Amino acid sequence: MTRVSFVEAGGKIHAVDVESGISAMEAAVRNNVPGIDGDCGGAAACATCHVHVDPSWIGKTGPAREGMEKDMLEFAEDVQETSRLACQIKLTSDLDGLILRLPEKQH
Amino acid sequence: MTVATFQADAADTMPLDKIDVSNPDLHQQDIVGAYFKRLRNEDPVHYCAESAYGPYWSVTKYNDIMHVDTNHHIYSSEAGLGGIVIDDSLQNGGGEEGGISFSNFISMDPPRHDEQRKTVSPIVAPANLAKLESTIRERVCRVLDSLPVGKEFNWVDAVSIELTTQMLATLFDFPFEERRKLTRWSDVATSAPGGGIVDTWEQRTQELMECGFYFQNLWNERVNAKEPGSDLISMLAHSPATRNMPPEEFLGNLLLLIVGGNDTTRNSMTGGVLAFHKNPNEFAKLKANPALIDSAVPEIIRWQTPLPHMRRTAVADTELGGKTIRKGDKVIMWYLSGNRDETAIDRPDEFIIDRARPRQHLSFGFGIHRCVGNRLAEMQLRILWEEILARFSRIEVLGEPQRVRSNFVRGYATLPVRLHA
Repeated sequence: MTRVSFVEAGGKIHAVDVESGISAMEAAVRNNVPGIDGDCGGAAACATCHVHVDPSWIGKTGPAREGMEKDMLEFAEDVQETSRLACQIKLTSDLDGLILRLPEKQH
Repeated sequence: MTVATFQADAADTMPLDKIDVSNPDLHQQDIVGAYFKRLRNEDPVHYCAESAYGPYWSVTKYNDIMHVDTNHHIYSSEAGLGGIVIDDSLQNGGGEEGGISFSNFISMDPPRHDEQRKTVSPIVAPANLAKLESTIRERVCRVLDSLPVGKEFNWVDAVSIELTTQMLATLFDFPFEERRKLTRWSDVATSAPGGGIVDTWEQRTQELMECGFYFQNLWNERVNAKEPGSDLISMLAHSPATRNMPPEEFLGNLLLLIVGGNDTTRNSMTGGVLAFHKNPNEFAKLKANPALIDSAVPEIIRWQTPLPHMRRTAVADTELGGKTIRKGDKVIMWYLSGNRDETAIDRPDEFIIDRARPRQHLSFGFGIHRCVGNRLAEMQLRILWEEILARFSRIEVLGEPQRVRSNFVRGYATLPVRLHA
């Protein structure tokens, strides 16, 4: 199991324990974390699972990848250097404890 | 045997290579679904050698459509290659000398697409939508309160067109009394002669030129304003990415926003009424639990699929579903078919307002060209249904709708209804 904490813009924390190997978007959707829509189902094709990786974790998750992920983040709101699409973060055991912050709204 | 069943039989028996799902008659009669089903089962990436629009590929399954939509480096939207509609002539005004041609960010590839889209997107971003909500609700209430109860009327004109047009007038800060011009220009822009809207390419060009002049005047007024307004025209006139746009590109982007905000939501507003009429149990569910509006709205948009297709042009040889697509080939993503794909969506032919993950539908497209106004569209529909539930016990459909003859807009000209208090 891997624990990941989603922090809403207002500060509310949703900590969920999920099987390793699924994406952070799946982890949020399966546990009804508000603010992660995942309209495209994980294809990096809608940018409705935009998150800011907590700076202490960005070294482990890595930055957004070239290709669709970066292309889609071009059009998201409030994009920062730590911005990722949660569907492109695979929750391996070395990400146990990961903290992801949600932007105010998905678009 | 009715015409419809005869046609449905034809869908099952006709030789595969004769199937042409671009035929607008199949769309107007709403029988194209049987052809799409056959293609999904037997030839999901299908080549049609002869059609009114020349040869083209049909992509009919959800995952293949997603693949095309997310590989914009191979599947181009560029106007110069034909743009985003199966009918090239809508891009170049019939190809006649003096025909009107226009270009806009939906029919561009990166990097120009990205720059122009970013100029427009703030107006439909979450922060701005929150500001628009009370205006939209006020107008929805006013329109609904003016409707006759117990008497027959045309829902399309009285509600769907009226509300979407008011919304557009607000976004453009367009002279409110002249707002129906927007409706007309939207219809003209998506129509070729013969569809009942315009008679000739000349007439179409003429009307779109008038549209261009009208907006040019608004641009001129606003470009010199000391305090730029927050409307779309002011945004385009003041943004570094768009302020030096050539006139045909300015017109192109305006038409994109007019059509994008008009022909689409309008038909989902009508489609929702029809869907609930045909599925009274779903309407009962909604009345019992109005919180279901949040999932009913994307389900309406999937069920209606207001734009049945988007077109791309391959810029390199590539493989898709075991077929070889050649550089230069016209590739049609049939969103209407993908939204009925039984391998991607559970019970896709049914209208189910409390589906799990109702937003996993193709009506907005995916990838970099995904509908920029999708949250605005959802908001308009949500408010409409909230206010309908607050006023009426039922919207009774009194007859078959009259559908438009188009493979690009899945729309209605009329829907006779009667409201019950």
